[in-house]
Amino acid sequence: MTEAFNEHFGALRDHLPGQNLSWLTALRQRGLDRFAKNGLPTPRMEAWKYTSLRPIEKVDFAAEGVPRACISIDRAPSLLPEATESHRLVFVDGHFRSDLSRLGELPEGARITTLGEQMVDDPDWLHGHLDHLEAPLVQPMLALNTAMMMNGFVLRLARGTVLPHPIEVIHLGGAGDAPLAYHPRNLVVLEEGSQATLIEHCSHLGEQPYLSNSMTEISVADGATLRHYKLQADALNAFHLATVKAEVGRDATYDSFCMTTGARLSRNEVSVRLSGQGADCHLNGAYLVRGEQHCDNTTVVDHLVPNTTCREVFKGVVDDKARAVFQGKLKVHRDAQHTNGHQLSKVLLLSDRAEINAKPELEIYADDVVCSHGATAGDLDHDALFYLRARGIPEAAARSMLIEAFLGESVDQIAAEGLCPALMASIGHWLAGSRGDY
Amino acid sequence: MAATVETVEQVRGIEKYKYGFVTDIETETAPKGLSEDIVRFISAKKNEPEWLLEWRLKAYRHWLTMPEPEWAKVQFPPIDYQDSYYYSAPKSPEDRPKSLDEVDPKLLETYEKLGIPLTEQKMLAGVAVDAVFDSVSVATTFKKNLEEVGVIFCSISEAVQNHPELVKKYLGSVVPYGDNKHACLNSAVFTDGSFVYIPKGVRCPMELSTYFRINAENTGQFERTLIIADEGSYVSYLEGCTAPMRDENQLHAAVVELITLDDAEIKYSTVQNWYPGDENGNGGIYNFVTKRGACRGRNSKISWTQVETGSAITWKYPSCILQGDNSVGEFYSIAITNNHQQADTGTKMIHLGKNTRSRIIAKGISAGQSDSTYRGLVRISAKAEGARNFTQCDSLLIGDRCGAHTVPYIESKNRNAILEHEATTSRISEDQLFYCRQRGISEEDAVALVVNGFCREVMQQLPMEFAVEAQKLVGISLEGSVG
Amino acid sequence: MLEIKNLHATVDGKEILKGLDLTIKAGEVHAIMGPNGSGKSTLSYVMTGREGYEVTEGEVLFKGKNILEMEPEERAGEGLFLAFQYPVEIPGVPNTTFLKEAMNSVRRYRGEDELDAMQFVKLVREKTKQLGINDEMLKRAVNVGFSGGEKKRNEALQMAVLEPCLAVLDETDSGLDIDALKTVANSVNLLRGPDNAMLVITHYQRLLDYIVPDQVHVLAQGRIQRSGGKELALELEKKGYAEFTGAAA
Repeated sequence: MTEAFNEHFGALRDHLPGQNLSWLTALRQRGLDRFAKNGLPTPRMEAWKYTSLRPIEKVDFAAEGVPRACISIDRAPSLLPEATESHRLVFVDGHFRSDLSRLGELPEGARITTLGEQMVDDPDWLHGHLDHLEAPLVQPMLALNTAMMMNGFVLRLARGTVLPHPIEVIHLGGAGDAPLAYHPRNLVVLEEGSQATLIEHCSHLGEQPYLSNSMTEISVADGATLRHYKLQADALNAFHLATVKAEVGRDATYDSFCMTTGARLSRNEVSVRLSGQGADCHLNGAYLVRGEQHCDNTTVVDHLVPNTTCREVFKGVVDDKARAVFQGKLKVHRDAQHTNGHQLSKVLLLSDRAEINAKPELEIYADDVVCSHGATAGDLDHDALFYLRARGIPEAAARSMLIEAFLGESVDQIAAEGLCPALMASIGHWLAGSRGDY
Repeated sequence: MAATVETVEQVRGIEKYKYGFVTDIETETAPKGLSEDIVRFISAKKNEPEWLLEWRLKAYRHWLTMPEPEWAKVQFPPIDYQDSYYYSAPKSPEDRPKSLDEVDPKLLETYEKLGIPLTEQKMLAGVAVDAVFDSVSVATTFKKNLEEVGVIFCSISEAVQNHPELVKKYLGSVVPYGDNKHACLNSAVFTDGSFVYIPKGVRCPMELSTYFRINAENTGQFERTLIIADEGSYVSYLEGCTAPMRDENQLHAAVVELITLDDAEIKYSTVQNWYPGDENGNGGIYNFVTKRGACRGRNSKISWTQVETGSAITWKYPSCILQGDNSVGEFYSIAITNNHQQADTGTKMIHLGKNTRSRIIAKGISAGQSDSTYRGLVRISAKAEGARNFTQCDSLLIGDRCGAHTVPYIESKNRNAILEHEATTSRISEDQLFYCRQRGISEEDAVALVVNGFCREVMQQLPMEFAVEAQKLVGISLEGSVG
Repeated sequence: MLEIKNLHATVDGKEILKGLDLTIKAGEVHAIMGPNGSGKSTLSYVMTGREGYEVTEGEVLFKGKNILEMEPEERAGEGLFLAFQYPVEIPGVPNTTFLKEAMNSVRRYRGEDELDAMQFVKLVREKTKQLGINDEMLKRAVNVGFSGGEKKRNEALQMAVLEPCLAVLDETDSGLDIDALKTVANSVNLLRGPDNAMLVITHYQRLLDYIVPDQVHVLAQGRIQRSGGKELALELEKKGYAEFTGAAA
């Protein structure tokens, strides 16, 4: 598969945007070299111990330099109620679709645009921000993304700018007539004291398998706040690899929630560097998987300076032969005193063949800290189930009720008006789509 | 518990590393370095049967092909395996001592200094001791009393001669020779260790104990312990370790295999106090140990308790394979690191049988510039219906130059299994220290007191004789960590 | 017994005590009353040597010795005892272990023989009986899971066992029910004798119904504003502290 990606690069080389920018060409080459050196990740790499990319190799993916969607739509599926005022960007198979997008009125100091446009409009700014965050791990998929990136969204907020309405980015896959692989590259730069809510929705149009290998770089400067919520409901034959890197400054907040119901194989890898005192991050998530789905949530939080906090809760429901992976690393660097870091992974296994692999990890080099993690795995609480049934609720309904309550606690934490009902609805939809024995 | 009460008195008046003396004793030593010839030499020296030599050679050849394990969070320069002696035995008459009277008086003196009198009349009532000096078992006490109930307690070399059928059946059955690089080396060159067999239905009438001592220079110690508890039997086994202070690093790569059959139970306790090196990180033992127990029978139980205070580097994961239905595995651990010590230790609980249960309580204390890592695996196989695990890992940091890490792997393939894992990291609070000092307790004693409190759940698992020693060690190993 | 002269102390660079004078003779019980933030707890921590409380001027003589240069445990050895406002939890360390360790540390400091386990148990039993404290409390870890009242009883027990020369009770009455209050008062009165002294720090007069002071001082703005007999406490209860906080403002 490593060779296949190299071929993709060869085929796309002349179609990749930003050909005129020598720094970008050099950046791509560095990415390609790094990827060539390590190849695709394998379970022999500690960070990929529980996730094998072998299934990807069974699909003959192609790369397309120009949009070639076969399926046309006139409206993208939004997670927000019709009446919500929001900005909307739509990408189909990794290509921007201005016809489906809608940008409302933006306050001064705010720019919502695409990577492609930035390359043309303001390449110097891009040069100053792209690929500027440090990586905590060897990240082969990120290297590949850097080599092959075509397009993606860019959000820029100048100092003190507050976006009153959420931005919704909709990624739709599977629209072509052949399996496609693409590498969205997104960039979020929030300057001092600015605020925004970003909602991502990944879904699909057609039947073709696709591989989305995305990378989102986020910088939240001093005093700024980013709320970043995502529903990954990709097609069940799709592959979703998403890497997020965030840098959070002094008294800044990064609040994130990622819900996974889709994709044959998915990995949501988030690394956060808390680099200013008072930096705060919430990394939460929920996942519901079944069939032969494989869902991996991997997080690394670096506490680099004193007085930073992190709360992390991931809850999952795993049915059939699905497998879930949770890896969470919390690292407190030397002298990062008064760190407060807590992490929790809770999983319900609903079938005899479901599987969970969890690796919550603490790495601590400062003594005056309060850090903890917890992990549980098991079936639904039998006592609670019995209690509901004793009150006359049929078992299937009782199970659904308990699962909704279990995940609902996490969804309730989301601070975006209008989004929670959509996420609860997708939980309900998932439960309704099950065999009905829970 | 009364034992805790005594803690601080015992800490007082004990020097930094009181076991750091060297015994001047005539030894017989094989040439330096490792080769097939050395393996053959060891085997010949022990008059071993052909099958065992073959097994050793297989292990040696495999060892040559194996890479060093690199996943642990420990750092050290590559080991020069050719710069070590693999066989060193106290030179007594051509034959091994037949009774204590024949043991070199200097050796007996050494064990006295260690606080382990071997002469039976002086023994602590109820503890039988096997003493291993450098590579060779020098004395086993209370043999007769044990024989009366059918318990076999002897050195593994003796067991090879006298009970070959048991050794052949079980040796390497829990830790195969190719398990990991260190265990593989041990399989090739192990020189001695203890062997225990508890027959059906016998509750071993006394605690069994082995004391290990590395004395000679440039010598690795590779002991091999094999304990079999037959149906319905019970044994409590204690292990203690010390070594002299030397500037170079010495390798200790031991293997311990435990087997419990139906309804049997083994309780295995270790107080590990190998020389940790000096304040600057010079010298000390590399303690690379593979310990594993197989609960083969229904309702059987294996319980590991360890207090790890010594060694420059500790690399050790006493584990349980829970094969029998309803079997139980336990791991209670205290790991204390100070100065430049590094410890990467934990356990594996592999649940295979139905209704198997495991419990992990790990307490890590880091001081100075040391690093302490808990690394553990809990694996619930698809067939382990009704399995349960509870894990609690707590780390305590003393000072801001040390590190404490927790790396648990939690894998479940069974919906009817319940796993719970919790981990916390904290430090001794200023409030606690001030409160103790306001009551007249010195700062160093206050630290020992608070740390012993932190470890109490694990200390309570130790047999009384060991608990007292372990509590002393807590105080001693943290000396100089505050102020 | 205790002589404090012109004591100035800062916490985090902020001056809290601004020239405090106080003299307590053997056999006396003194009460210090004052509004919140007047420096009452600071005084108790400065006397016992807690880190972060810096003396910038003045001296504290205890039995004629300047104790400000001493380590906290040395001051305890000299016979200075602080009943904490918020007693600290020490998980895993049984109360008896802690008490025995403390008592023998103090005895060692004074050059006295340590008590063995038997003698110690006998002594503690005696004290728990006198104070009406359940022995079960001895087995539990120091203050862990104790209710507010139990914590204060435990402080009283420690005081009874350690028999200090000067006991400082810092807001020992806060949050106590009447029974616990009596236990505490009982232990204070047990200790009371011609060779001991007591400094009771409190916000309310209530405790002083049970521990009758020889002298009452009003601490406000970092200094003793007024001293008087036990009737001063009653007066304060009626009028409050407004006069003192206002006077200095």
